[in-house]
Amino acid sequence: MSENLTLPAPQGTTGTSAENLLEVKGLTKHFPIYGGFPIRRKVGAVQAVDGVDLTVGVAESVGLVGESGCGKSTTGRLITRLLEPTAGTITYAGQDITHASRRQLAPVRSEIQMIFQDPYSSLNPRQTVGSIIKSPMEVNGIEPEGGREKKVRELLELVGLNPEHYNRFPHEFSGGQRQRIGVARALALNPKLIVADEPVSALDVSIQAQVVNLLKEVQKELGIAFLFIAHDLAVVRHFSQRVAVMYLGKVVEVGDRESIYNGPRHPYTHALLSAVPEVSAEEDAGRERIRLSGDVPSPIHPPSGCRFRTRCWKAQDKCATEEPPLVQLSGNRDGHLTACHFPEDPTTQRDEDVVLDPALRSLEESASED
Amino acid sequence: MLQFILRRTVGALVTLFLIGAATFFLFVAAPSDYASLACGKDCSPQRLEDIRQALGLNLPIAQQFWDFMSGIFMGRDFPTGHCSAPCLGQSFYSGDMVWNTIMDRFPTTLTLTAGGAVVFLVVGVGAGMISAYKRGSMLDKFATGTSMVLSSFQIYFLGPIVLWIFVYSTGWMDNPQYTPITQDPWGWFTGMLLPTLVMASIFTAQYTRMARSSMIEQLAEEHVRTARAKGMSRKYVFYRYAWRGALIPIVTVLGIDLSSMLGGAVVTELTFSLQGIGRLAVDGAIHKDLPMTMGVMLFGAFFILIFNILTDIAYAWIDPRVRLS
Amino acid sequence: MTTLTKTEDAPAPTGPESFLSVRDLKVQFSTEDGIVKAVDGLSFDVERGKTLGIVGESGSGKSVTNLTILGLHNPRSSTVDGEIVLDGKELVTATERELEQLRGNKMAMIFQDPLTALSPFYTVGRQLSEPYMKHRGASKKEARDRAIQMLEKVGIPQPKVRFDDYPHQFSGGMRQRAMIAMALMCDPDLLIADEPTTALDVTVQAQILDLLKDLQQEFGSAIIFITHDLGVISHMADDLLVMYAGRAVERGSVREVLHDPRHPYTWGLLSSMPRLDSDIDQQLTPIPGSPPSLLNPPSGCPFHPRCAFRDEVPGTLCTDVRPPLGEGRSTACHLTPEQKQTIFIDKIQPRLR
Repeated sequence: MSENLTLPAPQGTTGTSAENLLEVKGLTKHFPIYGGFPIRRKVGAVQAVDGVDLTVGVAESVGLVGESGCGKSTTGRLITRLLEPTAGTITYAGQDITHASRRQLAPVRSEIQMIFQDPYSSLNPRQTVGSIIKSPMEVNGIEPEGGREKKVRELLELVGLNPEHYNRFPHEFSGGQRQRIGVARALALNPKLIVADEPVSALDVSIQAQVVNLLKEVQKELGIAFLFIAHDLAVVRHFSQRVAVMYLGKVVEVGDRESIYNGPRHPYTHALLSAVPEVSAEEDAGRERIRLSGDVPSPIHPPSGCRFRTRCWKAQDKCATEEPPLVQLSGNRDGHLTACHFPEDPTTQRDEDVVLDPALRSLEESASED
Repeated sequence: MLQFILRRTVGALVTLFLIGAATFFLFVAAPSDYASLACGKDCSPQRLEDIRQALGLNLPIAQQFWDFMSGIFMGRDFPTGHCSAPCLGQSFYSGDMVWNTIMDRFPTTLTLTAGGAVVFLVVGVGAGMISAYKRGSMLDKFATGTSMVLSSFQIYFLGPIVLWIFVYSTGWMDNPQYTPITQDPWGWFTGMLLPTLVMASIFTAQYTRMARSSMIEQLAEEHVRTARAKGMSRKYVFYRYAWRGALIPIVTVLGIDLSSMLGGAVVTELTFSLQGIGRLAVDGAIHKDLPMTMGVMLFGAFFILIFNILTDIAYAWIDPRVRLS
Repeated sequence: MTTLTKTEDAPAPTGPESFLSVRDLKVQFSTEDGIVKAVDGLSFDVERGKTLGIVGESGSGKSVTNLTILGLHNPRSSTVDGEIVLDGKELVTATERELEQLRGNKMAMIFQDPLTALSPFYTVGRQLSEPYMKHRGASKKEARDRAIQMLEKVGIPQPKVRFDDYPHQFSGGMRQRAMIAMALMCDPDLLIADEPTTALDVTVQAQILDLLKDLQQEFGSAIIFITHDLGVISHMADDLLVMYAGRAVERGSVREVLHDPRHPYTWGLLSSMPRLDSDIDQQLTPIPGSPPSLLNPPSGCPFHPRCAFRDEVPGTLCTDVRPPLGEGRSTACHLTPEQKQTIFIDKIQPRLR
């Protein structure tokens, strides 16, 4: 790996966009665990998010992918300040909002909105669609031209719902339509940044595409920046210009879409991409096959050094002792950063399968002996 | 587990102390006091002072409280004699030691509670389970209907009716009263049968409904379906898989019910003129009898805390997720 | 299904070839709002050792179908019509006792969410042992040995220790492995997997899918694999059945259905699904509207309110007449074979690049 010269990440080149709307540095969230006798005290912490650096440019869509427990949702909630960060800084439009009070946040709150995963539980069943969409304007004391009701009707139309449905209740809508209501609510305050936490994963495939297209349209037409949090790599690829891959509370790789999907360097990104089941034209022609073993370790006691090392086929002693920094590897494009001591080649092809799962290995060995 | 019990016991003791303090100071803060009540209509200041002194009411409030609380652990001396630990003071009204009075009355309440519990657990939970197993059958409809009617009754309504039928009009039974079981087992049984059954019938109805609904809920659980998909019979799945989960809500309510009954089944005792703990509590409050009220309060609180801990232990026994976390 | 033929009016495949044969299955639930036709005239066959994939969205009737095969539908609120023949044995009319002998023995099921599908109250080992003791009359010791052997086979480390653990002490992927081990305890001839990897992470899903495939090689079970994920099914199945509103709308081999689809609904599914290898600027083409209510399904072809090509069919055929699904490679659609071919090549295929 000597040819892999690593360069420190140059300041300001982490985003493709010249202007950063959101800048997150060393963002950390530890959920304390209490226990002990006779006096209960903090005995540990779930290290949900541990030093995440991330930027979102104006009108840019950034995807945040990873498996459950990697901290992607927590990151979203920290950025929207639904959770209080343990450490790190969140800068929005040049203003440090990491620990901003309610009052300080007020002007920013309306510019950062969130769309939630579950269209069933994130809408108040006792409120009409009109009042659900209207309430953010009321809370923030915003009186749009022509009145709030007119604005709500425009929003309903914008998200593809009938403006006549103003007085209906959420239960009268299907899952996809409810998610449209959620989008309309997020748009009510003309936000500059929307954090979308798994916005389509609760929906059926045919409905998913409707909502993805709607979000894409909104992003393009209204110039809204998106932090798109999802576990579905194909959806993220479709939606985001830049993608960050998270594993156990850390960003392991970040870069433009092309680099992440076609030239990934981190072994975990390789494993993730190869695991996506695809309807491909030819029998997975040439696509690499990587099968990890076991599940993601507990974020209470994450592995030392590189957190992926316990499931990595390239791990060496160095990985346990030294945490790899998130840097630009030689040969990578600007803004494509990888946190790995022994990165893979930038391709998604591989001649030999990597099968770490012991059960698979033994079954496949005995099958090939026959 | 041991650590858990230890921690909970310490917590319970602290809670008991706080309950004692709250009762005491609320009582003191109340506008009327026992001394002026006992002094009567033509009360002279001298006489009032004498009474206050005799009852120890002349001492500073903190001192009174301390005397009472320390007496529980160390016993205390009264002009009329020694009160050994656990001493809950001396009744203002009767002059008896509170602890002795409570111990005197407790068997009545215990009989009601234990007897009632046997009935409503066996009949109530049993009927609920059978109802759930044969859901939609005539039996289920009968059980659901009966329990619906019964649970809308009240003891003070059902009690007099039952008394009228079995005692006053037909004379089949004597007026309910408590006879110690050691003295006359048959007398104990017949004396307490009516009140126990009346109280139990209303609880039975509630337990039937609860057991039925939680059983039905459990039968709809996915792991129950998995067990069926393995080929286990309906009966097996019912008793091995669904029953375990249905126990949790039953145990929860049982803990609350038993502890509150042991602290005094007030309505039942009053309806049937039984001399139980509940009666004692009511009398204590009426007579502004501070030591008696404190005693009964703490006695009841003790059971609530004990059953709280027992319920948690039962959870751990039923559900390994509780035990192993 | 080797019995699949290219002609749409081939005779029904019968005889020993099809190990499970479902004919004109109808399942209805009576609810407060009316009768739900969860499955409405479904026929399919599964061959020994092969995998049939059933694809559909929520409410398409795919899960109900499989609970009905096992006889686990609620007998009080549902009525079942039609035929289910497993290895010569008719299941719709079978008694509860007969079904109990088959469940977990000849046919076994893997459920979606292993956390709720395993009992929290008993050890994994006990839950694995039960069916083996019941169906094989094995002793506790024999069942334990078998369970440990199966746990090892599905890749649970230290199976002897983990035998005595409770499900909540397992991780998500391990739980699903235990579930698979449980289903395979009695070496079933038919395995029904209902969205077995939907609750899992993608890297774990890949492990479990490969594991299922490898185990099928070894055990030779037939598998019915139910999923909403076309990617997963293309990886797993030999044959494919696409369901919509309680009916099968397209059937054929996986290659045929996914790479040369002929039904407008299948087209819609494929073009609304983002893929890793598609052209990045290719817009997704969603299916308009939402799935119909099964309380009051549309007349004629159930897909007609959402179909973009119903104008190509003359008259009111789509709204009035329910298109039949033939045997073998076929689609339930009123478009002529030539129309389907032209539309697919001209309009659909370009979307799938």
